[in-house]
Amino acid sequence: MTTLDISSPGSASATGDAVLSFEDLSVTFKTEFGDVHAVKGIDLEVRPGEVVALVGESGSGKSVTSMTALGLLPRNARVGGTVRVGDKVVGGLDGRGLRTMRGNDVAMVFQEPMTALNPVLTIGDQLTEGLQLHGIAFGKQAMARAAELLAMVGIPEPERRLKQYPHELSGGQRQRVVIAMAIACDPKVIIADEPTTALDVTVQADILDLLRSLKDKLDTGILLITHNMGVVADMADRVAVMLKGDIVETGTADQVLNHPRHEYTKRLLAAVPHLGSGPGQFGNVTPVVAGAGDLPALDLGKLVIEYHRLGKPTFRAVDDVSLSVAQGEIVGLVGESGSGKSTIAKCALGLIPAASGSVSILGNDLTKMRGKELKALRRRIGVVFQDPASSLNPRLPIGDVIAEPLVVHKEGDDKSRRRRVLELLDAVELPRSAFNRYPHELSGGQRQRVSIARALTLDPELLVADEPTSALDVSVQANVLKMFTALQERYKFACLFVSHDLAVIDLLAHRVVVLQNGRIVEQGPRDEVLHHPREEYTQRLIAAAPVPEPLEQRRRREARHALLTQLGDDVAELQIDEHYDRPEPRQNEGGNSSGLGGLMGGGS
Amino acid sequence: MSDIRNSNPDGQDFEPQISATGTDAVGLAAGGSAAPLPGEDKSYSQGQLVVRRFFRHRGALSAMIVLGIVIVVAFTSIGVGPIPGWWPKDYTLQYDKIGDGAPTWEYPFGQDTGGKDYFALVMRGTQFSLIIAFAVGIISTLVGTLIGALAGFYRGWVESILMRMTDVFIVIPLLAVAAVLGRMAGGNGILGLALVLGLVTWTSLARLVRGEVLSLRERDFVLAAQAVGTGAWRIITRHVLPNAVGVIIVSATLSISTAILLETSLSFLGFGVQPPDTSLGTLISEYQAAFTTRPWLFWWPGLMILTIALCVNFIGDGLRDAFDPRQNRSKD
Repeated sequence: MTTLDISSPGSASATGDAVLSFEDLSVTFKTEFGDVHAVKGIDLEVRPGEVVALVGESGSGKSVTSMTALGLLPRNARVGGTVRVGDKVVGGLDGRGLRTMRGNDVAMVFQEPMTALNPVLTIGDQLTEGLQLHGIAFGKQAMARAAELLAMVGIPEPERRLKQYPHELSGGQRQRVVIAMAIACDPKVIIADEPTTALDVTVQADILDLLRSLKDKLDTGILLITHNMGVVADMADRVAVMLKGDIVETGTADQVLNHPRHEYTKRLLAAVPHLGSGPGQFGNVTPVVAGAGDLPALDLGKLVIEYHRLGKPTFRAVDDVSLSVAQGEIVGLVGESGSGKSTIAKCALGLIPAASGSVSILGNDLTKMRGKELKALRRRIGVVFQDPASSLNPRLPIGDVIAEPLVVHKEGDDKSRRRRVLELLDAVELPRSAFNRYPHELSGGQRQRVSIARALTLDPELLVADEPTSALDVSVQANVLKMFTALQERYKFACLFVSHDLAVIDLLAHRVVVLQNGRIVEQGPRDEVLHHPREEYTQRLIAAAPVPEPLEQRRRREARHALLTQLGDDVAELQIDEHYDRPEPRQNEGGNSSGLGGLMGGGS
Repeated sequence: MSDIRNSNPDGQDFEPQISATGTDAVGLAAGGSAAPLPGEDKSYSQGQLVVRRFFRHRGALSAMIVLGIVIVVAFTSIGVGPIPGWWPKDYTLQYDKIGDGAPTWEYPFGQDTGGKDYFALVMRGTQFSLIIAFAVGIISTLVGTLIGALAGFYRGWVESILMRMTDVFIVIPLLAVAAVLGRMAGGNGILGLALVLGLVTWTSLARLVRGEVLSLRERDFVLAAQAVGTGAWRIITRHVLPNAVGVIIVSATLSISTAILLETSLSFLGFGVQPPDTSLGTLISEYQAAFTTRPWLFWWPGLMILTIALCVNFIGDGLRDAFDPRQNRSKD
């Protein structure tokens, strides 16, 4: 075995043999409804030092495809075709062969770092586990190597971090640990399954920078699975678009994103909201015509919300927040996770008490109301939650779900309720036959439509929408947003729209409020805040949001790096010092030595 | 539906019946119109799914059939109250003994020491055991569900009081309490005994339901209901409990089989059903001395207890698998 000098990239360049290839891959699942054909004969290759993005909406089979490379499918799956990792055929390996291959030849970066890490083991334990299993390093040596890995992915004070548990790290740091685990045994290819979906935009930009430097410096091939076109534009060399188990289009990032040929790709791209394009992308947002004397629909004054924790100091989730939503106005509440935006939304609904300050809805102070008065006030507020899967009672048919508010407020009889439900089903563009269906029979987008219909049942004057589209696929999101703007135009409700997606806020909101750590950083008209931000935090936030156009995204990326340098921050990248040795697996595990040899054929 | 949920990290259920991709509203219009395409519209309501899964569970299905036969035979053979059954002999009358009373065609279960028809006696005992079992199952399920739901939904001091009360019931030795109270309630006949047993066996269900409610009350649809102004009682009965029905039903079947065994133990110890009436436990205790000389006097009631308890447990197993979508393996 040779040691690779990292300063001169290995000669196994992008023209070399594929490190991961799928040939005529098909996967079928046996279910109680018969066979489900999840992947229908696809061909795909990932070469060293190349990022191939596998794009598609949920259910398109992209995750299933990636799992076949690790041999990690559930037992009711049948795999046809050939999957090669390096020179190994995955289908031909037994349990032992698969275990040797995983981690060594192919590694995985998962979507949700909190669940990908074991909460009861220290970071050090989890990092050294792979090293020891594959016979790369043991004991103190393994710990030293683990610290080195953490330093590489840009985690400060690596020695101290090794003794910590996953919950002590932030989301971005956890994902860095997951990446460190993935590169621990120096795999030839890394499969990143939605690696940034669970992260905030600024953290996402850092993680993407890290992954990019990883393929440049280690010459690793990356199969990037994502639904986010911005991430694709930022990362991918080549793109493959999947639709219902088939690859419908492949090409370079520029070809696919700027000159899509397939109908589906075109539709998909058209559905992506584009930050900076403003309103009018999915239907017009009517400007507010607020009469001077009108009461604001929602007015928060110096609102403070605290969580009392047993045996710990109280946690102030929202601190001194004042904002108001005029009648007929959409106010976008933007912030990263933990900024308190959902907490504010729940407080505006009266679901969480305020520690101090006022919450007034159409001139009535919500915090001072009880019983019947409160119930009467709640008639005038509607709510849409983020996750359509959990916001509908699975035991009630759709008709009952939508009619529920009428029943609670004892309005109308069966006949008039039924009429209202059918009217709302039409309004949210669902067929009337959905009346007797159950939530689990609908897709995510359809469920969210039901959620919106329920919120509108009582003709509310204020709608609180907590990330209503973030659990949806882009094309579904586009439809829902289109419908939402149309409904707003028709019913003229005021809306507090909570979102982490700046592009969605950009096309929808009249005014924008930016939150950070429970405080308002900046607020004002949409145009001002999103296009000419004054505050540093807002600038960072906007700079980090990727746009689905490779050239523009490159420009934005460089502008962001310039901004970071100007603000005195580092750009995230793999830190490799001159003496970095690539790990050498021990010879005692037959079969895995050849794998690395292949990759480093031209090493010094 | 959810077979492959774990393999799909997108967080969306895999939905073979309606494509979640791109089609959105159009998908339902095509697949869900009045005349669905054959083979396309393979979706079921949750109730239908449960029934389908249950009937595929062979153990549970056969247990259900066996239990059904036992119930029908027990109640029709010797009749209930004034209604006569098809079995010609009465369990109170003494007949001429044939030999030492071993099973014959005339007396299929044999005769006891006094010449009574043992088949009629065992059927009478089975009737009592079944009545007690189901009454206890219903009472303890109602009490346990109510207490668990209130504790889980309201939290705070309501939960503290109810759960400490549950703890107290758990630490009291069940058999002793049941024995003493059963004696006291014995005057009210079999239903008095059932009531007492029901009132001391609800604890495990209360804890289970509380746990389930604790997780359900954090779900968005409960928040949405609250935001609309729905009252607590309506939220509990309409939104929370229907979603906990799996846990409740399974636990109910288990409490039924526990009740059968508890009643048997009590009667065996002499605290349960009092002569001249009889139950399976009473029969065993009465003839325990005859075990070596006339083994059928022991085996028949024992076999009935075993059959009923096993059947109920199997049915509970099948129900748990049917209600829990994660149990949804493809074996066929």
